[in-house]
Amino acid sequence: MDDIAKRSIEIIAKAKNIPTDTIHLDTTFEELNIDSLDKINISFEVEEAFNIEIPDEALGSLKTVGDVVNGVKQLIEAKAAGTLPAATS
Amino acid sequence: MNRVVITGLGCVTPIGSTVPEFRDSLFAGRTGISPIRDVPDTPDGDPGVRYKQAAQIFDFDPAEHLDSGIISATNRNTHFGIVAARQAAAQAELLKHHAPGDIAIIMGCACGGRSSEEHEVKGLYTRNARAHPLTIVRTMSSAGASNISIDLRITGPTLDISTACASSTHAIGLAFHMVRSGMSTAAICGGHEAPLSWGFYRAWDSMRVVSPTQCRPYAADRDGMTLGEGAAMLVIETLESAQARNATIFGEIVGFGMSADANHITQPQAEGAAAAMRKALADANVSPEDVGYINAHGTGTQANDATEAAAIHQVFGMRASQIPLSSTKSLHGHAIGASGALEALATVLGLQERRLPHTAGVTNPDTSLNIDIIVNGPRATGPTVALSNSLAFGGLNAVIALRTWQ
Repeated sequence: MDDIAKRSIEIIAKAKNIPTDTIHLDTTFEELNIDSLDKINISFEVEEAFNIEIPDEALGSLKTVGDVVNGVKQLIEAKAAGTLPAATS
Repeated sequence: MNRVVITGLGCVTPIGSTVPEFRDSLFAGRTGISPIRDVPDTPDGDPGVRYKQAAQIFDFDPAEHLDSGIISATNRNTHFGIVAARQAAAQAELLKHHAPGDIAIIMGCACGGRSSEEHEVKGLYTRNARAHPLTIVRTMSSAGASNISIDLRITGPTLDISTACASSTHAIGLAFHMVRSGMSTAAICGGHEAPLSWGFYRAWDSMRVVSPTQCRPYAADRDGMTLGEGAAMLVIETLESAQARNATIFGEIVGFGMSADANHITQPQAEGAAAAMRKALADANVSPEDVGYINAHGTGTQANDATEAAAIHQVFGMRASQIPLSSTKSLHGHAIGASGALEALATVLGLQERRLPHTAGVTNPDTSLNIDIIVNGPRATGPTVALSNSLAFGGLNAVIALRTWQ
């Protein structure tokens, strides 16, 4: 598992106060009982950790931990390519 | 109309995070006022103010009580409120005997989630940082009442009242009237506040009303108030329901009065406080001669204590100098919107135990006020009626009248 996946799982585990080893890339938000408030909380922490901004329209499509990790990787790559602005903080 | 009795108590305070701890400290005169430390968002934990003490809570870890999701979505003031409400509800076995929709939750909170808001604003102003997405739900003034209702699954009338330092006395008074009228059969009422942030310390410093030494209400050498934090809750219900299930009754609420000075945003007026006391007595249908104790607002400022004493003279005339009076702010500090609830709790315990708490730290009472300040330890009393006064900035006054249960 790469660093982005590990860090993303750590953020989700901390938000839900559960062990990291209970979370895998194919674990669904439903299985983790992640509600809408958890989702925006976790998204904010992910944005802070990777200095990215997740587009509003992307939030609704996040269903699994793997979706988060893949989304983060795409945003980091897009930012490196100069196709996305950096986060403001 | 229903008689209204108290069947559950709860608290998180600088002198105890359970009611037994609070009771022990109250009657021992053990103060929760200590040197200020660990102020968040400051460079070195020091707010840089002229005073050095506050009534802070150090022994409360929200993780011992609440899950991470709730902790994340709420501010410290709500943590206090939920835990104190749980204590009171559990003691009263509230949900075992009342339907969730028949219970009201009436809270007092003046400052809301101030520390969370300051943290986010600091990030914005210094780094143009984004605000955390939970900032709104953490900081809204009604967060306490909402989260208590969610935590306990109570669905009756639920709200937070914000009337500065009278907030939770207004809350208890409103809840009392709701239960007395039959609108709800029971209520959790009280207040919760955690305002001790950097900006809050600084703002009070600028007002020059915080004691640089020690909070000494009604002392001749009093020099100001001491800021604090905490929560206190009462479960109240109809006498009929309490007796039907043989509940333990800790006291009776018999009256509530409120008024506005309509005069000045910071300078209290004796006429306003006197009007609130008179209305509480009239609401209780008791005479001034029946009153055997006053838990004063008693902040320890020159203006408050002299004005409150003058109001007591207006209401009680010749008896004013004979009614035992104390300010427990000398022990638990001034918890702003929660202070009335802490003082109501102290009053209930005093009536229940037939010993009146004293005003700690006063060695030189202000005799010019011509009132009977309880100092040097609790004073024994028989069954009596007591008033608990709250006089807020903005001239908003609230007084509840309580009676010993026997």
